[in-house]
Amino acid sequence: MTERMRLAVVGAGPAGLAGALAAAARGVDVTLIDAAGQAGGQFYRQPAPALNARRPEALHHQWRTWQRLSDGLARHLAAGRITHLTEHHVWCVRRESDAFRVHALLGPAQEEGVTVRADAVLLATGGYERVLPFPGWTLPGVVTAGGAQAMLKGGLVLPGRRIVVAGTGPLLLPVAAGLATAGAEVAALVESAGPAALLRRTPELAAQPGKLAEGAWYAGQLVRHRVRTLARHTVVEAHGTDRLTAVTVAALDRAGRIRPGSARRIPCDTLAVGHGMLPHTDLAETLGCTLNGTDVDVDAEQRTDVPGVWAAGETTGIGGAALALAEGHIAGRSAAARLHGTVPDPRTWAAADRARTRLRAFFAALDTVYAPPAGWAERIPDDTVVCRCEEVTAGEVRTAGPLGAADLRTAKLLTRAGMGWCQGRMCAPAVAGLTGCPLTPGRRPFARPVPLGVLANVPDDETPTR
Amino acid sequence: MNPLELARARPGETCTVTLDGRSVEALPGQTVAAALWAAGVTAWRSTRGAGRPRGVFCGIGVCFDCLVTVNGRANQRACLVPVHPGDVIRTQEGTGRVDD
Ligand SMILES: Cc1cc2nc3c(=O)[nH]c(=O)nc-3n(C[C@H](O)[C@H](O)[C@H](O)COP(=O)(O)OP(=O)(O)OC[C@H]3O[C@@H](n4cnc5c(N)ncnc54)[C@H](O)[C@@H]3O)c2cc1C
Ligand code: FES
Repeated sequence: MTERMRLAVVGAGPAGLAGALAAAARGVDVTLIDAAGQAGGQFYRQPAPALNARRPEALHHQWRTWQRLSDGLARHLAAGRITHLTEHHVWCVRRESDAFRVHALLGPAQEEGVTVRADAVLLATGGYERVLPFPGWTLPGVVTAGGAQAMLKGGLVLPGRRIVVAGTGPLLLPVAAGLATAGAEVAALVESAGPAALLRRTPELAAQPGKLAEGAWYAGQLVRHRVRTLARHTVVEAHGTDRLTAVTVAALDRAGRIRPGSARRIPCDTLAVGHGMLPHTDLAETLGCTLNGTDVDVDAEQRTDVPGVWAAGETTGIGGAALALAEGHIAGRSAAARLHGTVPDPRTWAAADRARTRLRAFFAALDTVYAPPAGWAERIPDDTVVCRCEEVTAGEVRTAGPLGAADLRTAKLLTRAGMGWCQGRMCAPAVAGLTGCPLTPGRRPFARPVPLGVLANVPDDETPTR
Repeated sequence: MNPLELARARPGETCTVTLDGRSVEALPGQTVAAALWAAGVTAWRSTRGAGRPRGVFCGIGVCFDCLVTVNGRANQRACLVPVHPGDVIRTQEGTGRVDD
């Protein structure tokens, strides 16, 4: 009897789920591995089961799609075609000859190691939010926009009562709408992009009526909850001593400079802020996959340039849940065909391919609209903390350039910015902006902090766990 | 309206945990961070350098701002760790290690 081929899928968000379902349906033995306790990823994050939410869809958009995915997952789990390892934090994926070892840490404690062996790997690790620094951004009460959304969807809590949502990007709309629907008073939605920029991009945007309708739906929710939107405005400062009490926002002119005299103070206890997203690429990097800027580079089949490694969703470039689904589907079909030793026929995934092309164009256009306002880096005062972990200020980071730092690694060695717990995930965009170094991923040896005991116990030739 | 009502949540019995000795009501299933937010607490750590207060920032386990000591174990990410009845939660100062 021939053994079934094994695919390890890291990440159970839209991309990983679509990939796992597509591969499992085509005779591949799939292990779906995710750090979270439940499938869904960021977009379809579910309330903790013990909260017994009977109407979780109240916090979600496109619930039908989620139902399709979760029903599919349940069927494959029951049939034994997919094994779902929850609360497994993958810290490293190693390739050896033609097999892979996926190393994970178990549960919240993350002190015990587990290894999964597979013939191929699909990386669907998603992304995280980028926040550019401003005075007061380290105050308790200032959270990432997606983080506020994640805590709401997963824990059914609000960070405070009166919330300002600010920054730039398409994520701010669902976040403001979600918080308002859940009972928060959203004092303002502050978006640095202006409507004129959106209008200039009309052809690319109009090619996605579904996405536009989604935006309009959220906008309607904001009107219903009387949320005031301040377009072409930015947060200048967050105020408070031990926690947030107010923010100052100001209007931007067409060149992205602050309009003198336009500053106004908005009292609030929470600021949910974000300036777009960055992909998680650590696992791809340690495997040696080529990156294109900050994104994992993939071909038309979602293959990286490392044989046996596919990537899909935000890890290959930020583009939302629908694009993640299309990419994951293609990756799963391609991996199944390749694992069976056949060449896949792209015509069999023509619909997903068309969606992928359209959505990539749509998000490329959005990216130019939702760019951080010009001059954001120069506006960071010298005494503002930029590296939150090591408490390195903008003034200190600014010394790195003159000292000869031409890349983020050197800037880190010279200033300690990026050396702390988060390994530069939070400060890298700001350090790049302040020093003029290109924004490149951090080359972290591990995707998670690994206890020494686990490292010491990774034998060269361990027994497979499954 | 609050999030629990919106999602028509019927959580089981609330449980009690302590934060620096003070009793805090928590809902099983919530993370430590969510339980503290629900109790109106937004900071539970002070930084190593300037001793500044911090709590949740990214909410998804990436930033490490929300570190906390749970049942004697320091440096747990409050946004990832679920609460259990009787948990002893301590605000964390600096590296969270007594020997530092
Ligand atoms: C905090 C946050 C909130 C968001 N909220 C919304 C929203 O409300 N609406 C919206 O339209 N878009 C939202 N987004 C954007 C969202 O990321 C995408 O639209 C979509 O979820 C991308 O799908 P994905 O499958 O590529 O990645 P994700 O959905 O991010 O899924 C990635 C999965 O990989 C897992 N993972 C990552 N690294 C590891 C590892 N090393 N080991 C184990 N598991 C790992 C994660 O736990 C996660 O479940 C949010 C993004 C973030 C960061
Ligand atoms: S809030 Fe960022 S790790 Fe918990």
